[in-house]
Amino acid sequence: MSAINQSGWRPEMGSGSEGTAPATYTGNKALMLEEPLLFEIGDADRTGVDLPERPKVASRLAGLERNRPIGLPGLSEPEAVRHYTRLSRQNYAIDLGLFPLGSCTMKHNPRLNEKMARLPGFADLHPLTPVDGIQGALAVIHLVGEWLKALTNMPGIAMSPKAGAHGELCGLLAIRAAHEARGDARKIILVPESAHGTNPATAAFAGYQVRGIPATEDGRVDLDALKAALSPEVAGVMITNPNTCGLFERDMIAICEAVHGVGGYVYCDGANFNAIVGRVRPGDLGVDAMHINLHKTFSTPHGGGGPGSGPVVFSEALAPFAPLPFVEKHGDRYVLVEEETVGEEGHSKAFGRMVAFHGQMGMFTRAAAYMLSHGADGLKQVSEDAVLSANYILRSLEGVMDAPFAASGPCMHEAIFSDKGFAESFSTLDVAKGLIDEGFHPMTVYFPLVVHGAMLIEPTETESKAALDQFVGALRSVAERAKAGDAALKAAPIYAPRRRLDETAAARKPVLVWKEPVQAQAAE
Amino acid sequence: MRYLPLQPEDRQAMLGVIGANSIDDLFVDVPAAARLSGTVPGLPMHATELQVERQLGALARMNQAAGDQPFFLGAGSYKHHVPASVDHIIQRGEFLTSYTPYQPEIAQGTLQALFEFQTQVARLYGCEVANASMYDGSTACWEAIVMARRITRRGKAILSGGLHPHYVSVCETMAKFTGDTLETALPKLDGTGEMEMARLIAAVDTETSCVVVQNPGILGRIADLSELAEACQAKGALLIAVVTEPVSLGLIKSPGEMGADIVVGEGQSIGVGLQFGGPYVGLFACAEKHVRQMPGRLAGETVDADGQRGFVLTLSTREQHIRREKATSNICTNSGLCALAFTVHMTLLGEKGLRDLAALNHALAVQAADRLAKVPGVAVMDGAFFNEFTLTLSKEARPVVRAMAEKGVLGGVSLGRLYPGVEHLERGLVVCVTETSTEEDVEALAGALEEALA
Repeated sequence: MSAINQSGWRPEMGSGSEGTAPATYTGNKALMLEEPLLFEIGDADRTGVDLPERPKVASRLAGLERNRPIGLPGLSEPEAVRHYTRLSRQNYAIDLGLFPLGSCTMKHNPRLNEKMARLPGFADLHPLTPVDGIQGALAVIHLVGEWLKALTNMPGIAMSPKAGAHGELCGLLAIRAAHEARGDARKIILVPESAHGTNPATAAFAGYQVRGIPATEDGRVDLDALKAALSPEVAGVMITNPNTCGLFERDMIAICEAVHGVGGYVYCDGANFNAIVGRVRPGDLGVDAMHINLHKTFSTPHGGGGPGSGPVVFSEALAPFAPLPFVEKHGDRYVLVEEETVGEEGHSKAFGRMVAFHGQMGMFTRAAAYMLSHGADGLKQVSEDAVLSANYILRSLEGVMDAPFAASGPCMHEAIFSDKGFAESFSTLDVAKGLIDEGFHPMTVYFPLVVHGAMLIEPTETESKAALDQFVGALRSVAERAKAGDAALKAAPIYAPRRRLDETAAARKPVLVWKEPVQAQAAE
Repeated sequence: MRYLPLQPEDRQAMLGVIGANSIDDLFVDVPAAARLSGTVPGLPMHATELQVERQLGALARMNQAAGDQPFFLGAGSYKHHVPASVDHIIQRGEFLTSYTPYQPEIAQGTLQALFEFQTQVARLYGCEVANASMYDGSTACWEAIVMARRITRRGKAILSGGLHPHYVSVCETMAKFTGDTLETALPKLDGTGEMEMARLIAAVDTETSCVVVQNPGILGRIADLSELAEACQAKGALLIAVVTEPVSLGLIKSPGEMGADIVVGEGQSIGVGLQFGGPYVGLFACAEKHVRQMPGRLAGETVDADGQRGFVLTLSTREQHIRREKATSNICTNSGLCALAFTVHMTLLGEKGLRDLAALNHALAVQAADRLAKVPGVAVMDGAFFNEFTLTLSKEARPVVRAMAEKGVLGGVSLGRLYPGVEHLERGLVVCVTETSTEEDVEALAGALEEALA
């Protein structure tokens, strides 16, 4: 096994656990800095902005002026910068290390993308500027759309969905609109058991009933069970491919043919597109609609939970139902089609509008920078390196941890393990928290539901071999501790800004906003 | 390729560990018919950083950026000055490149910032609790209607004519599929127009789940919601207030104070910037008793194993990753980084800064309205407003806007753009004045209008 870091140097651990380390006056531990809440340090009269004098005018507020305090403390600029900088240091991030969350594609976020999105022509552009003044913005939307269509070999696109789940909704509404246009009121969507939670939630949000499809022993959709579930009542199927076990659905073409055979459509959850981008085009498999998370495959930052962006590509059959607005190129000129009555024939079928304005422009600019940087050749290398890295992890760890589908062939961009073989009372959660002490963000845990104590590892293509080796070494070490029943692992993490947090208490009596402490109120 | 660390010898060594001869061996499960022999056709090859900057920089320069000329566009997207430190904070890698805080021990930065965000939004809106953000105001608006349906078990929503037409379209699109009934109306240029409180109060009945009213309305008017709130309560319906311009709440009473049950809106004005319409940040607040019906993520306070205060995502049994088809919403990714920008900007403002900023916006808008009223062919709408008001022109407004844009003045949003084909609105021009508008800008607008209307 390689050394824990490349120089071979390892810190002296001593006995330095929480219990024996001396407490500090501040509660800080050198660079680990405690930070109070804004409401405990700011006050209503302090501000970090200077504003000019305002002209004296008679107000036109019809007596609706606020006359009570709002309760919004402020800070001066140095205080505010320090407050949020200190908070930032309590976060793990891709910039700090490998972030192997399966199905989340935590790859490097290139800073060129950030620079391009901040060009004033994009960042300081109002969405309702007359069309002559937005030709460059429409060109970017069109460019990203054309790339996505080429990469999927699908002819239609909706750029406006705000995130993956919103894209799923867009796809299902197009499916409903297509059926309803034929007077066909289908009510059922089939969803495999291994699907992301957003799939059944979206189907319900779109007004469908959800039926499950079981998986086979080897972690794929059971084609026979799927065929048995198909009927003229079935509007469509939502398939994730590669699926959430990290496996390519070998029967995808047969699945699409069977669904089409009963007049249904195939929705593909494109969350895992990073495994095949530049190498396999979902349109060649028979897919009718697929969202693409620009914040996964196309490297726009996750930002601690968004914003995302979830454009949807459509087959010939669904393309006319794509929602408004959309961009068309007429000669050298770009047109923004916002109204059902404007533009060319076919727009009358658009199923409506999903958002105010035109979608996540800031994400389109970043994705465009990423696409242009990689090119067709770079994107092919992306999926190849992503798949290579995941298989490297799978094979490096299969002797230590149970890999339920290792025998059924290579994985795609992520490798899955189960908790089988851990000592009694040791769980996937313990391994995850042990990884935190090793300086890694844990993998996705307890998902998909079809694998017991699932650990889903997606390294992405932006990790060096040295980083992968260090991660493999760390996970091997933590897994061995779980197998041996090392009681100290139960206490992990001990080196993070916080120990394990009581989530049950948080949910039992939710405290969702800050309130003045009771003593302070009494003293007033 | 500068973003890919693996070297040819690494790849070879890794294939050796895997026991594969070539990368193709790892793609054997892809059906042969779908395997590409080379790169995807029709796309260019990789480019240098400099090449990409040139290409995108050229496209950026084709756009008419707001800061490049006198600028008066609003209608749901507002230009405000954002302090430089906001962008600095959100570009810190620890915020920018982190994920949804599923592992709270190493995500306290995001979680505490979200807890601060929730508190700021709840207080600004005058509500007890707020969530950790939605995609934007329009989708938050629909989610609020769905939430009201769940709470009241009724399926009819009444939408005010003052609700942003894009928000109305989003709701209409969704309702078409869910079977909810929506009663909608168009705004009017005359009288008190889009606020139409009397009509809304008369329309609420025992089948109504909610009334949705935007304040300030799409034409800029503001109104007292108290009587409408009472009318809703009397009939067991909920009042949903929509706020597209949060800066207004530095000066006017919050919807919660006026009795709204759910308050949603767009947070873009504070910290986020124009960005051609996205990404923005949806704000969502309500009474504590309804929190289990709320969509979206929630950060909550708790303690760790040592008894230290910390924060976690909570009440996730409402959410899709636990409840699947029974979830309150399908939302997963929200607008975390925009929520952070909102929070940092709001912290820099503080209560004093927000009140001063709002007062400045209002004073400049009043001054501009008085100036523009003197332009021949221009009538300023009556009624109270915050920083946005509607002019009725002597000509159709849409071509006037285009003509002014060609002369280098972005003079407002025509109602013809927002309500195509609606004759009684086509002479309406919505003008927004913020702290970024100077006296010279207003003079330029007055001159451009005069010229276009001559």
